[in-house]
Amino acid sequence: MERTGRDTAFQVVIGLEIHVQLATRSKMFSGASAAFGARPNSQASLVDLGFPGTLPVANREAVAMAARFGLAAGGKVARRSVFARKNYFYPDLPKGYQISQFELPIVSGGSVEVRVAGQPARMIDLTRAHLEEDAGKSLHDALPNATGVDLNRAGAPLLEIVTEPQLHSPEEAAACMRGIHQLVTWIGISDGAMQEGSLRCDANISLKKPEDSELGTRTEIKNLNSFRFVQRALHSEIQRQTEVLLSGGTIAQETRLYDSALDTTRPMRSKEEANDYRYFPDPDLPPLILEPEFIEELKRTLPELPAERRARFESGYGLDAGDARRLCESRASADYFEAAGEACGDMLLAARWISGELAAALNRDGLDIANSRVSAGELGMLLSRLADGSLSGKLGKEVFQAMWAGEGSADGIIAKRGLRQISDAGELKDIIGGIVAGHPEQVRQYRDGNERVFGFFVGQVMRATRGQANPRIVNELLRKRL
Amino acid sequence: MIDFSLSGLRRALDAGEISSVELTQACLDRIEEHNPALNAFLTVCGEAALEQAQQADARGGGGGPLAGIPIAHKDIFCTRGVRTTAGSRILDNFVPPYDACVVEWLAGAGAILIGKTNMDEFAMGSSNETSYAGPVLNPWDPARSPGGSSGGSAAAVAAGLVPAATGTDTGGSVRQPAAMCGLTGFRPSYGRISRYGMIAFASSLDQAGSLTRTAQDAALLLDSMAGHDPRDSTCAERAGEDYSGALQGLKGKALNGVRVGIVSEFMDEGLDPRCRQVFSDNMETLRALGAVVSEISLPRLPLSVPVYYVVAPAECSSNLSRFDGVRFGLRGGGEGNLERMYTETRRRGFGEEVRRRVLVGGWVLSEGYFDAYYLKAQRVRRLLAADFSRAFESVDLLAGPTSPSPAFAIGEKIDDPILMYLNDVYTIGASLAGIPAISIPAGSVDGLPVGLQLMGRPFAEVEVLRAAHAWQLETDWHRLWPPGASAPLSAA
Repeated sequence: MERTGRDTAFQVVIGLEIHVQLATRSKMFSGASAAFGARPNSQASLVDLGFPGTLPVANREAVAMAARFGLAAGGKVARRSVFARKNYFYPDLPKGYQISQFELPIVSGGSVEVRVAGQPARMIDLTRAHLEEDAGKSLHDALPNATGVDLNRAGAPLLEIVTEPQLHSPEEAAACMRGIHQLVTWIGISDGAMQEGSLRCDANISLKKPEDSELGTRTEIKNLNSFRFVQRALHSEIQRQTEVLLSGGTIAQETRLYDSALDTTRPMRSKEEANDYRYFPDPDLPPLILEPEFIEELKRTLPELPAERRARFESGYGLDAGDARRLCESRASADYFEAAGEACGDMLLAARWISGELAAALNRDGLDIANSRVSAGELGMLLSRLADGSLSGKLGKEVFQAMWAGEGSADGIIAKRGLRQISDAGELKDIIGGIVAGHPEQVRQYRDGNERVFGFFVGQVMRATRGQANPRIVNELLRKRL
Repeated sequence: MIDFSLSGLRRALDAGEISSVELTQACLDRIEEHNPALNAFLTVCGEAALEQAQQADARGGGGGPLAGIPIAHKDIFCTRGVRTTAGSRILDNFVPPYDACVVEWLAGAGAILIGKTNMDEFAMGSSNETSYAGPVLNPWDPARSPGGSSGGSAAAVAAGLVPAATGTDTGGSVRQPAAMCGLTGFRPSYGRISRYGMIAFASSLDQAGSLTRTAQDAALLLDSMAGHDPRDSTCAERAGEDYSGALQGLKGKALNGVRVGIVSEFMDEGLDPRCRQVFSDNMETLRALGAVVSEISLPRLPLSVPVYYVVAPAECSSNLSRFDGVRFGLRGGGEGNLERMYTETRRRGFGEEVRRRVLVGGWVLSEGYFDAYYLKAQRVRRLLAADFSRAFESVDLLAGPTSPSPAFAIGEKIDDPILMYLNDVYTIGASLAGIPAISIPAGSVDGLPVGLQLMGRPFAEVEVLRAAHAWQLETDWHRLWPPGASAPLSAA
């Protein structure tokens, strides 16, 4: 059951820590692949296993991706950042410490746009973003009477993005996660595959009376791996905290887990039980130095970002704000639109068709635009037939469905089915001449002022051309002739 | 008679005076005869070594500068298919599936791995008494310690079980045993040799080195050990040099004009007066070689022991966390309780000194103490390094004793950690500054060897080795054998 609307009399304050798995070829500090779904422990090198004497080597690709995020989010990319060790024992943490960044992260500041339906968009400030390696996975159900450890994920490169506590509702929190998802997939640093855990978040949440200046005691809800769970977990936690506060209780600072089956959060560990991570700079890794030329080069090769592109679609192509935003939901969609629009020479027509026919077809088949059965170029060809008048709008939809079904190109289908619209004035004049000459009675009625007879003539022309005559030109020629 | 140095053996092998099989067999015989008492080797690879020796003989020349010569590796270097314990019970059953960079590169130069040498557990110790396999005896006096932590390597070379061995030096673990066993012990600059495959104690201090009979041999090994290795991010991105080539042609007053600074802070009351006498004689010898000797102060040097015993335990506490019983090595504790598996594995697997340092390290890194201990120690470390840089503006080399006394008795200091730590007072400075330092045989007290330490600027390995070689051209201390011992092939 979804809870919606305001469920508390308190002011809600939320901050997120979003973990993004970077789409590198190899892991953060080893050469092993970080691809999803391999047989357990088949993608763990000696470095990932923490074998004695092995050493980490920072992945340059991951570093460049983190810096790219910093630039795209409008943050500051540090010329010098430092890898630190976060020390704790757990069987899926092979070295007994996680290599992360603590005091000097690679990115500070920046912001992300958060948009909740029916509310104006807001910019949420980012505190920082830092590089770290992922832990492995403990498999509690894989073996009888034992816990298994799969280290395929151990060492996978993560970018942890931390927001300021500026979010005020579960909807905003989910929208913030969406905003991050859009940005990281847009700039190509993550595949954004939520179901594979490529984007997960921890949410910090506290309540306070609107008149209080200080924040209330917060709890942290760990490991939320979908937009929907973020929203539901936070609603559940708001309800819990509200009940505690209203009954005169106090909130304990603790880490909680969300149980989606019961739609409730439960305590995982208290502040007192919290680990002292004994962070210190990793002596195996020198400080990460990024030369200004390297950052300049990244800046130069950064793609046009969603907000810029939206603005260009509005001012350059005359799209309305809603269409521009929808088309810029992903870079694939914006690219598709521009390619189709350029191919047909009519951007508004392309926008209309992508939001209409194409969106409906994608939705029906559960496909992403990147996997569309009709490519941007193919759609563009179809639309150019509409634009040059050789295909009617109604038949256009028929041709599109045939293309979607894999029957070939627009022109091929038009030819095969004989759907080409007759716009040639000479050809139509002859046909019209014949029809007018064959119906003197109707001509007289029309000339006497019976406007309705005009429709009869149009119908005759359409019948004679099996519906392929361009109605606009038929109208024009008929008026002239009659 | 065959000179049992690497360079001597190279000549003898190339001239056909001996075969690699004869040499390897002679070493194996020596090991069989003396190792039961000395306890210098933890693992001996007799069969594999002889097989490689046969191949070297069959090839008849070529195959690298160390072709056909057996050497030993400290048991801290991972060796593919050969058990590697780091002197710890927790790794008693550990057989690495990979070679350390040092092992790989020396094998590439033709060296034959004859065995793995005993050491203080995870290199934490200065007497080789913390090894789970028991102490190593000093060939000069079996009641005494050979020093540590590379004590097995030092004893093996000193007793002529093998012509040369690798070691590692975190706070003096190559130089101090070299001094106590009458050998040349060289620790190059931090980052000069890859740490890949070397089991970590304190990552910012650990440095591979060598225990040899001569500076020339140290250069010969360094030729193959030094260089950039992309598997170690702290390894310097500069090629190695032709170190043995740089020693050729030295003669006479080879140190003419070289400015040597005596570190004033080393001349304190902790120095055994007899060693002080040896050292002042040494300075006369340096002058005779043409060096310009003066005294120079490094004011923060007295802080080096406390700084080291914060930084090194901090790093070790984290480095040793991977020994948790999950993936390799010993696993203690019963089924079903994770906490008990950890505590039992580590309680049974680690010795007392290692446990002490892990605890100290965890403490200095913990919330509320981090600033006062770890951060402050790092700040002082930087100031100390600055002291060294300033000193090297007016001198080319720094000189001091390697150790405050000759070899001490086994059992003398093991129950007093502070006393044991103070034994490293002269070697820790160079470790913290990351500069190259060598210990060379330079005298004798009561029939026990005494070492002279020379330190150079970062990456000035050539300068340090040239000075040590010049010294050995004019002195004979490095030619001495322990009582009753001699070069293995001298009778042949």
